[in-house]
Amino acid sequence: MLELKEVTKKFGDKTILDHVDLTVEDGKILCIVGQSGGGKTTLLRCISGLEQIDSGQILVDGVAFDPYVNSTNDAVIGVVFQEYNLFPHLTVLQNVMLAPTMVLKKDKKKVQVEAQELLQKLALGDKGDLYPWQLSGGQKQRVAIARALAMKPRILCYDEPTSALDPGLRDTVKEIILDLKKDEMTQIIVTHDIDFAEEIADDILRVKPLAN
Amino acid sequence: MDYIMEVMPSLISGMGVTLSVFFWTLVGSLPLGLIVSLGMMSRFKILQKILGIYVWLMRGTPLLLQLIFVFYGLPLLGTGIVLPRYEAALVAFILNYTAYFAEIFRGGLQSIDKGQYESAKVLRLSYWQTIRKVVAPQVIKIVIPSIGNEVINLVKDSSLVYVIGLGDLLRAGNVATSRDVTLVPLLLVGAMYLMMTAFFTYVLKKVEQHYSYWK
Repeated sequence: MLELKEVTKKFGDKTILDHVDLTVEDGKILCIVGQSGGGKTTLLRCISGLEQIDSGQILVDGVAFDPYVNSTNDAVIGVVFQEYNLFPHLTVLQNVMLAPTMVLKKDKKKVQVEAQELLQKLALGDKGDLYPWQLSGGQKQRVAIARALAMKPRILCYDEPTSALDPGLRDTVKEIILDLKKDEMTQIIVTHDIDFAEEIADDILRVKPLAN
Repeated sequence: MDYIMEVMPSLISGMGVTLSVFFWTLVGSLPLGLIVSLGMMSRFKILQKILGIYVWLMRGTPLLLQLIFVFYGLPLLGTGIVLPRYEAALVAFILNYTAYFAEIFRGGLQSIDKGQYESAKVLRLSYWQTIRKVVAPQVIKIVIPSIGNEVINLVKDSSLVYVIGLGDLLRAGNVATSRDVTLVPLLLVGAMYLMMTAFFTYVLKKVEQHYSYWK
């Protein structure tokens, strides 16, 4: 279970997140929706440790946890970026294998088997040797998901997973997210697509820009 | 033809000096350039300033002057540093080329998308793992054409070592020309420089091709 208590984030004088409270139960899907400038992405960046919160607390299973300085190698939170941010110089398989081998120091052979299974599951079984530039947008996104999952995160975050895809692929993403839910993955999804959120979410958090 | 055979051995030994200055300058200045560029982009303001001044000095004064300064100037300043000719040449060249390479690497580093660092961070890669496995391979591809430019320049810049009395290729040609009163050695020298630059151009092209598997 992930909890945020009174989380506040400021950029200079501008308060982006003002005492945000939030709870995500294990295996549930939380969608964060709202217009641009509402702090959706900032909230996600705070949860995933890319921004440092100014005050408040983040707890995982009731234990305080600071994702910004998480120095243990427990990959608690995985992120699928809006632009995917795959490593362009590595093949699909290498993208997925990099962190488990480098960070978790797992045996390369074992990692490769697991990575291949993940790719299989995401319908990328035959794409392992390709480079990101050879993939379509939807395929890149699935590689990004596989790369995040390879670290066995407790929680998987998505930043605008549907924004860069054509409408047909929207349902594919939906299926992937719901499939992962069956595997009891806790997922947090930032989106401006309210219909999409309503189709998949157990909980919806609506944010709006703060007037200041 | 006989004359060519006669001067060739001295020219070839001169070329040996040229190539060894060339080689060791690259060996020293490429890694140092990378380190300096990382320093220039670090959060330490003082380090940034110091490296900024260093790069400004190295790029703002002639290499020839730096060469003379290291060889003749350092002992005169009472620093107690007296370097033999060859070592002095290497020190000057490495200091100078490090500055140029640092600027090239800095440009390369800055062109790496912020998202790459963020991906690496959420995957819990350490700073050095990120540099080594994610950033450096991408920077290398970006900087190779600019590095190539400097490499070709270095082949020719190495001829400056003649001012401190090192017997490089150009000096060997000069000596033969003034001794035998003929232009032939200098023509040979020109041809040999062309051969060297043609060779390195070819190698660099191959290296670029090697990195073309991704874009």
